[in-house]
Amino acid sequence: MFSFQTIVENLPTLLGAARYTLLISVLGCAQGLILGALLCAAALSKRTALRRAAGLYVSFFRGVPLLIQLLVAYYLLPVVGINVPPLAAAVLTVGLCAAAYLSEVLRGSINAIPKGQAEAALAIGMTPRDLWVRVLLPQALKIGLPAIVNELILLVKASSLVTVVGIVEITRMSQSIASSTYRYLEIYLAAAFLYLAINLVIAAAGRLLERRLTV
Amino acid sequence: MLEMLHRYGPDLLTGFGLTLLTWMLGTAGGLVLGFLLEMARRFGPRFWVGWPIRAYVEFIRGTPFLVQLFVLYYGGPLIGLRLDALPAGVLGLSLYGAAYFTEILRAGFDAVPKGQIEAARAIGLPGRTIVWRIMLPVMMVSALPALVNFAIILTKETVILSMITVPEIMFQTQTMMSETFEFVLPILILALFFWGFVEVISRFGRRLERRFTHYLLEES
Repeated sequence: MFSFQTIVENLPTLLGAARYTLLISVLGCAQGLILGALLCAAALSKRTALRRAAGLYVSFFRGVPLLIQLLVAYYLLPVVGINVPPLAAAVLTVGLCAAAYLSEVLRGSINAIPKGQAEAALAIGMTPRDLWVRVLLPQALKIGLPAIVNELILLVKASSLVTVVGIVEITRMSQSIASSTYRYLEIYLAAAFLYLAINLVIAAAGRLLERRLTV
Repeated sequence: MLEMLHRYGPDLLTGFGLTLLTWMLGTAGGLVLGFLLEMARRFGPRFWVGWPIRAYVEFIRGTPFLVQLFVLYYGGPLIGLRLDALPAGVLGLSLYGAAYFTEILRAGFDAVPKGQIEAARAIGLPGRTIVWRIMLPVMMVSALPALVNFAIILTKETVILSMITVPEIMFQTQTMMSETFEFVLPILILALFFWGFVEVISRFGRRLERRFTHYLLEES
């Protein structure tokens, strides 16, 4: 029999664990955006070495499953003498991976900005840094917003994988609740709907922001 | 190190094989199911078919694949759906893929110029022929990159099947790691395997794209 009571009883615990899901997603996204912008600048740079390096980075982080990247960060870094706490390893890896995807999104959006703008900015004497911070990035964020929101939703879902490094977020918590109550279906469905709720909020916020930004 | 490879080589090879198999079956299942869903949505009644499909897509896209697998594998028996790990994994991949594929196909079909469909209808082609001979080939041009992209994403989702004990490559390397306490080599093998795997698929995808858009290039 489907037991709603199990869900109700365990909801506070699940919500508590949701904090970690949110924390990892938010920090991962922030790190991903900053690093993604830098990567994107490298990918569009005139220097071949920088372009190659950015290409390699993107190909690696997009080509290797996040689960494996997490294991690399968690098991391999200590081998070379770097000890990172699980949460830091998780946020770092999720952020590094998000950066690869976001840099591609930003690259696409920057290509959509008319070339004349960059030329004009340089012609009136803006430094390349100003050009990026004041002209290219703000517009790229706006153009790429739907895709960025998409990435954010993927990020929230990717955070379920950090269970492998032992962080008790929604999925891990539901695993342990399910195995102690034997109510697998109820608990995992509750976890699923929790994720769904988070993502629907993000999607709605994205749509709102989109409408605000398009004048 | 050589000894380890000798000892675990066969297991790793079965793991590779199973990863490839689950990916192929999952992608094929997802494509077929996604196509059927799209057909049902496009030609079926809006209320009884359209809305449930929409809800399905939202549910699958809004929840992590790991959680979906847990619901299917651990929760399934409670409603009488008792599956072994491998079939559950393949079914899970297909159900997951179908939601994304059906959206990609929808966008693709929407992009087919209306005039072509009207023209086909005007010269009396039956509905099925219109779908197979007119809409599908035209749709492929715009939708193929996204389809290949998602097929690549699915390769990386296959490792999650290890969490429900499907003995694919991830599962094998994890066993290897916990038996030998050796982490560097197994993880390196794993990372290199996937990097290569994805590289091969994306090359293949690019060739497929050229195949489908060939006629566009010749004109210009």
